[in-house]
Amino acid sequence: MNKEVIDKGILDVIGKNSRFSSEDLAAMLGTDEKTIENEIKSMEDNKIICGYPALINWDNTDNEMVTALIEVNVTPQRDMGFNKVAERIYKFEEVESVYLMSGDFDLTVIIQGRSMKEVAMFVSEKLSTLEYVNSTATYFVMKKYKEHGIIMEKEHDDKERMLVTP
Amino acid sequence: MRNPLSEKIVQIQPSGIRKFFDIVSEMKDAISLGVGEPDFDTPWHIREEGIYSLEKGRTFYTSNAGLKELKEEIARYMKRRFELLYNPNGEIYVTVGGSEAIDGALRAMLDSGDEVIIPQPCYVSYEPCVILADGVPVIVELKEENEFKLKREQLESVVTDKTKILVMPFPNNPTGAIMTKEDLTEIAEFVLEHDLFVISDEIYSELTYGTNHVSIASFPNMRERTIVINGFSKSYAMTGWRLGYACGPKLIIDQMLKIHQFAIMCAPTTSQYAAVDALRNGDEDVKNMRNAYDRRRKFLIKALRDMGFKCFEPFGAFYVFPSIKEFGMSSEDFAQTLLNEEKLAVVPGTAFGNCGEGFLRISYAYSIEDLKNALERMKHFIERHRK
Repeated sequence: MNKEVIDKGILDVIGKNSRFSSEDLAAMLGTDEKTIENEIKSMEDNKIICGYPALINWDNTDNEMVTALIEVNVTPQRDMGFNKVAERIYKFEEVESVYLMSGDFDLTVIIQGRSMKEVAMFVSEKLSTLEYVNSTATYFVMKKYKEHGIIMEKEHDDKERMLVTP
Repeated sequence: MRNPLSEKIVQIQPSGIRKFFDIVSEMKDAISLGVGEPDFDTPWHIREEGIYSLEKGRTFYTSNAGLKELKEEIARYMKRRFELLYNPNGEIYVTVGGSEAIDGALRAMLDSGDEVIIPQPCYVSYEPCVILADGVPVIVELKEENEFKLKREQLESVVTDKTKILVMPFPNNPTGAIMTKEDLTEIAEFVLEHDLFVISDEIYSELTYGTNHVSIASFPNMRERTIVINGFSKSYAMTGWRLGYACGPKLIIDQMLKIHQFAIMCAPTTSQYAAVDALRNGDEDVKNMRNAYDRRRKFLIKALRDMGFKCFEPFGAFYVFPSIKEFGMSSEDFAQTLLNEEKLAVVPGTAFGNCGEGFLRISYAYSIEDLKNALERMKHFIERHRK
């Protein structure tokens, strides 16, 4: 089987659930473990697979965690465009995600903090004071319904598929 | 009181497997690899279209043959997937699942005493439907050594002057066998030589792995003697919507439509609107589900073979059909004991005809996690019972 098909298969499966073993993946894709391990390694090296974090709904724990989405307007820099400012932002540990956007503002920054105050402090002291950052607008997330294709709430499930059907 | 019952109906045996199904359904903590329907939910955009049609108040009958736009979408689909040309006006009608079309086709074509060749193991309804239509079922037993494909020689040995119809149940439930273009060539020749008609149940046509489904109707001169039956249940995970269709020459479809008109009136309107969206926007969903089934198929076959099961590789539907002959138990005993001891339900091969004896139908319409869990139980079981 060709490499593209195997790579796509690996990504389809672990994109939804990264906990399958190489042995399971090999069985599912009809190849051997060694091939799976080599392909995963190569996709890691090429930053196709960038990590394996678990998707956590902190709202269902006792740990307080707030998420905010911040629209950021910046002045692009000569030769480096937005990348240099983006880098100065994404290196902060508090920053979850940074996207370059089309439209009315330039960067979307997603921040996680332990409290609204902590996030607000970060924005006012760290983010908005950065050179080339012109303005910010902060929106706090009230509730997460779905992330990375996964529904975060327990769905009321009264579906009943019969155990045997012809 | 006079006997209120029809002798013909009373003579039809309720499926021998009914008892086993009843036991399973009462065992609430059992897990199962026994279902014959997708585990996926109907893709949301299709469900949403159904909801929208209800909101719009589209709650009336449609014309007997079905919504015009649905028939037109079906015609486009048959062309793009199977290179089959049908006129949406007169050569296609929409049914309550593929099952209705099976019944309709047999009733429209059979006179008393006409013989119908049915390859088994197969889906449970062909044989009783033939009897309901006053036909005579003639069983051909598919062989494991042929990978459960139908062979011309097998037809030669059962054909008579009275043979009128050949049922073609491929991709096959319960074996997962498919018939490739090469496999079908000799069958089509045979049908033409003997002036037979074909009812081709292609409900699993979207679920073939590594090769595309070929319809026997696409062979030269076969279109006018074939009723192609398909539907939305398996390909779009829409079993509960009860929606199928039949395509064929107007001569036959006209008569099938008459039965449909008087017995059914029309297929459910909500389902028809949803199905239009399925055909227009569902190709990607079908592909994703097919890929998922293919991964489970490979996973399951490997696991069963690792356990020592003799198991041919099926390339269609979502079933594997391993042999259990080495255990010296009948299929039904095996299934019953497995259920009692491990609380794992599978379907004995005999549910699909006597020649299913010695086999089990194991479905992979389950997540890999569910399969793993079930296979663990299977492993314990066979370790205990292997001689």
